[in-house]
Amino acid sequence: MADWRESFRVLFARRVVLMAAVLLIGMLLMAILCTWVLPYEPMAMKVSQRLKAPSLTHWAGTDELGRDITSRIFYGARYSLTIGACTAFFAALFGTLMGLLAGFFKSLDAVLMRLVDAMMAFPDILLGIALVSILGASPVNVILALTLVYTPRVARVVRASTLVIRELPYIEAAHAVGLSTPRLLFKHILPNLMSPILVQLSFIFAYALLAEAGLSFLGVGVGAEIPTWGTMVASSTQYADRALWTLLFPGLAIVLTALSLQVLGDGVRDLLDPRLKGNT
Amino acid sequence: MNFNHLGRSLAGRFGGMLAVLSLVSVLVFILTRLAAGDPIALLLGDQASLQDIELTRQRYGLDQPLLAQFLYWATEILKGNLGQSIFLQMPVTQVLLDRVEPTLSLAVLAVSMAMLIGVPCGIAAAVWRGKLIDQCVSTLAMLGASMPSFWMGLVLIQLFAVGAGWFPVSGYGDPGAPWNIRLHHLLLPAFVLGTLNSALIIRFTRASMLDILNEDYIRTARSKGLSEISVVLNHGLRNALVPILTVFGLTLALMIGGAVVTETVFNLPGLGNLVVRAVLRRDYPVIQGALLAIAGVYVIINFLIDVLYLVADPRVRHG
Repeated sequence: MADWRESFRVLFARRVVLMAAVLLIGMLLMAILCTWVLPYEPMAMKVSQRLKAPSLTHWAGTDELGRDITSRIFYGARYSLTIGACTAFFAALFGTLMGLLAGFFKSLDAVLMRLVDAMMAFPDILLGIALVSILGASPVNVILALTLVYTPRVARVVRASTLVIRELPYIEAAHAVGLSTPRLLFKHILPNLMSPILVQLSFIFAYALLAEAGLSFLGVGVGAEIPTWGTMVASSTQYADRALWTLLFPGLAIVLTALSLQVLGDGVRDLLDPRLKGNT
Repeated sequence: MNFNHLGRSLAGRFGGMLAVLSLVSVLVFILTRLAAGDPIALLLGDQASLQDIELTRQRYGLDQPLLAQFLYWATEILKGNLGQSIFLQMPVTQVLLDRVEPTLSLAVLAVSMAMLIGVPCGIAAAVWRGKLIDQCVSTLAMLGASMPSFWMGLVLIQLFAVGAGWFPVSGYGDPGAPWNIRLHHLLLPAFVLGTLNSALIIRFTRASMLDILNEDYIRTARSKGLSEISVVLNHGLRNALVPILTVFGLTLALMIGGAVVTETVFNLPGLGNLVVRAVLRRDYPVIQGALLAIAGVYVIINFLIDVLYLVADPRVRHG
């Protein structure tokens, strides 16, 4: 445990990383608490208050239906963060399994990696659009589609690391002692893959956040009635010339959250693998 | 001997590319056929009789078993026939060709901007590694990777098109507009795509320059008394050209299909915009054709990059 405490100390000694973590935790807390601590309901319309500029009563202004944008950003964070986190988790899970199998079993490698190549030939957002249009617009389907989009990316990274690790002497030793293959894979190889997987997790969280916003913006995302950061930007386009804040603040939420996730991922990478320091 | 080695490598890559292309076509086919909406119902509307629907279904071959549909589709593709657009009533090949020019112009302009930003920044970050400039460049690259392109596009439209009036708000000029008008329409979207995609180029340039600047021959060049500029540019950059060309090709390939959102924001009549519309109209043949073309171009450009690597790099060439 002291080991972990030391790691955290080193990680957060860098001020940017600390700032990123504080911002993410703040966003998470506000997403959970917003309906209790904020004065306005995210869905409450008030026509007399439509398109009001930012002020002391409405910090980020109001939208075209007079709804408070601050409340909606934090309420939208529930969806945006959940979609990002679920996508990152499932993509890491399936990608790790796929990469582990491809990297360890030479007979599976060619087939699995050609499949990965083929899937990665489609630009992220394009594959996302195609998949969501097939599955139908809903938060769960966006998670499903984006998981399919990002699984090959994890698989490629995990496979590359597995190829290196399987040649190390300790694996040969473990093999020689007669360990079963599953035990070898999950007890001896997987723990050493944790650092690349953790880094991928934070980056895919950020990419998924951006992709969800893009899909919702194009109208093939979570569905227009759900306030995510993407749908908020999408519905602001008609009013942006008169009310720039309707466009500005939801977008800033996306940028700041995605940036924090990437800074954190970068920090974790430097911490876990000092050889990579500054070398992307 | 060496030629044989090179030839074998090339043949291997070529085989790999064909395998990936076949898989891509299978994926495209599965994707579009899994779709829930019925294009025939959409095409004919609510008033159509069952008989009409059945007849139209037969006309487009949608009544055949899936495998038969796939085999028929695959052989037609090999003949260069991507089918007929259900909505536009035109051959898909023609629809795609009409949309290639804006997408290609946008991609070339954007990738040029990305290189102009990315290569100098990457070199500076590598030369002054760990210094303030390196940190600024890294932060900027990360910021670029965190910015949704549609949001940046919308904000720039508000500031520089609606507000300042320096650029057209959207579109690509009238059909057949002269090149300078079209270029004017492309500047803002290309800037968005270019700055956001420069992150990859910065990272790549920085990493390959760092590798090279640690080589022995760089130390030798310095100890000969060459100026730092000459060392970095003549001995460093020249040897980083192949990786930089690689990332140029990669970025170009990414942009051809990845400009979907930007094209939609700026309402450019390109391939990405076409796909979005086709998806909303469930125009299967167009979706299939466009996905196939975009992924195909990506795979082929990647193959060409591999070939370039093999031919240009003597270490790879001689195994």
